[in-house]
Amino acid sequence: MDFGRISRRHLLQGSAALALGSTLGTRGAAAAETTVGFIYVGSRDDYGYNQAHAQGAAAVKKLPGIKVVEEEKVPETDAVEKTIESMVNLDGATLLFPTSFGYYNPHVVKMAGKFPKLHFEHCGGLWSDKDPKNAGSYFGYIDEAQYISGIVAGYSTKSGKLGFVAAKPIPQVLRNINAFTLGARLANPKATTQVIFTGDWSMPVKEAEATNSLIDQGVDVLTCHVDGPKTMVENAARRGAMVCGYHVNQSPLAPKAYLTGAEWNWEALYPKFVKMIVAGEPIPNFYRGGLKEEIVKVSPYGEMVSAEARKHADDVKAKFMSGEYTIFKGPIADNKGKTVIAGGTDRGQQDPELEKMDYLVEGVIGATA
Amino acid sequence: MADASLGLWTVPLAVFGGAIRVSTPFLFVSLGECITERSGRINLGLEGTLVMGAMSAYGISYLSGSPWLGVLAAGMTGALFGALHAGICSLPRVNDIAVGIALMLLGTGLAFFLGKPLIEPTAARLPAIDFGWWSDIPQLRAALRINVLFLIGVAIAPLLYWAFRTTRWGLLIRTAGESADAARAMGHSVLLIRLRATMIGGFLAGIGGSFLSLFYPGSWNEGLSSGQGITAVALVIFARWDPMLCLWASLAFGGAAALGPALQSVGITSGYHLFNAAPYILTLAIMIITCSPKRTLTGAPAELSITR
Repeated sequence: MDFGRISRRHLLQGSAALALGSTLGTRGAAAAETTVGFIYVGSRDDYGYNQAHAQGAAAVKKLPGIKVVEEEKVPETDAVEKTIESMVNLDGATLLFPTSFGYYNPHVVKMAGKFPKLHFEHCGGLWSDKDPKNAGSYFGYIDEAQYISGIVAGYSTKSGKLGFVAAKPIPQVLRNINAFTLGARLANPKATTQVIFTGDWSMPVKEAEATNSLIDQGVDVLTCHVDGPKTMVENAARRGAMVCGYHVNQSPLAPKAYLTGAEWNWEALYPKFVKMIVAGEPIPNFYRGGLKEEIVKVSPYGEMVSAEARKHADDVKAKFMSGEYTIFKGPIADNKGKTVIAGGTDRGQQDPELEKMDYLVEGVIGATA
Repeated sequence: MADASLGLWTVPLAVFGGAIRVSTPFLFVSLGECITERSGRINLGLEGTLVMGAMSAYGISYLSGSPWLGVLAAGMTGALFGALHAGICSLPRVNDIAVGIALMLLGTGLAFFLGKPLIEPTAARLPAIDFGWWSDIPQLRAALRINVLFLIGVAIAPLLYWAFRTTRWGLLIRTAGESADAARAMGHSVLLIRLRATMIGGFLAGIGGSFLSLFYPGSWNEGLSSGQGITAVALVIFARWDPMLCLWASLAFGGAAALGPALQSVGITSGYHLFNAAPYILTLAIMIITCSPKRTLTGAPAELSITR
């Protein structure tokens, strides 16, 4: 329940009063505050993508001298430009986090050109040399966390069949499916991942049907890449299957079925960014990282995760933390038998080839089109 | 037993299970709309009513701990929306389709606004009755875990069919729908009949919404309905204003919704967008085949603004 959260209007009134107060001299110069704006594409309580960002915003709120303004359900259209303009002009925001992939081009780029003194930090990893220097785009290699989930799932499955409820066959999603499967096959070389694409980011009825169909096929561990994993987690748990979460920790929804999950760690990254900006340090325009850079994390293991699984997963996690582990290490074949990464080739996380992923690795049952 | 795979048999099983799981909201909304349209009015706002019903059911179930109280609340909310629609439409020269669209937007918007704090908490769900106790096949047992609301919906369809044909109440609704003048000549208030018919229609649509949030998929979020209410309104025309045909059409749409994921789960992965679109293609095809410019649709109430 969050009836108590401050609305933008209240904030507006508050900041107006504050501005008035400082001109009257009732507040000293120390009251200079930085206002940070967060923009979400959906609802911030969705147990998914947007909630992960909102948790990051909540961490920023705790910093002294920082004021946070938020707006949710802003579509990836001109609407985001209007939101940015109102955050800048009315709330005095100097740092903005438009958190949805589709905000970037042309909207964030345009706004960054219009307000050259302000900072824009977009989530999606889309910045290129041609874009304004005050814009940045960051993203996390969440496939590292999916890989760990895969290892745990591989040890936990009894049938050797894993299920993946996915939205669309785009590179980011395929990378997660592939990493999850490669992780699972580390633990159980015979494990397979059955993937079902629902066609869009939020289709609760389709997601529930996909979950049921997978379990009917004998799948006993499921994960997903959709905006709100709640539907999959709850329906799978009701059918007695185990789940690995995504975006945020969903274990409160299904404490007995939740093995682990791949989570964003924005509550670590956002305060770091804000501190850097306040201190006047530059943030690289193109900022990426995985477990090591604390951009993603793995949910705490559930009770039924075996000691063997924990040990193996922790070992690999430690290697990620020291930066000496590569997920996409050749030879890797796709599920049609074609070699997609040749033997001896290591595709590290930064490799641009991985951004173009259009295949499913061996062990995945499904097709990209 | 857990890894017993049924192979390709899961597809018909999933379609069967899907028909039961997914069809209930379609069934309630289309039966409700059937009553409303038979009285001579179209309520396009049932999409909004469905979403409002889903939200209020979830909220009341969460606050009170009783899902049945939630179902009741959803029905009451629906009836209230129905009364609002009928009330506005009883003013002179008001177009019921325009009012319906306005109420659809109002209902969804209001539900999203009021439902904001309900996305996170988990509410008590409606129970299921286990009809698969005789079977050893876990997939079949899962498909046969049926909610009472579905059974109620299935029972309402023939009841309504019978009531339209043989009861005085059914005759009055039909008279209001076929010829308002005849109903007036008999000394009845057409507006009152339509008010009641629209309220009952809204009540049923609200209950359909409670199934979405309290049973399947079983939680409240903003993408929950994804157009099922408006599809169900179209189903009524598709079913020729016949409650029994509404039942079959709802089952077919429910089954079709399960087809896409089920085919992918057995490895038929190409063209899943096409399978997902199957119910809509089916509707279009049937509408085109059965429509004729020379006559009005068979079974269409003569007073409906779309046929008049």
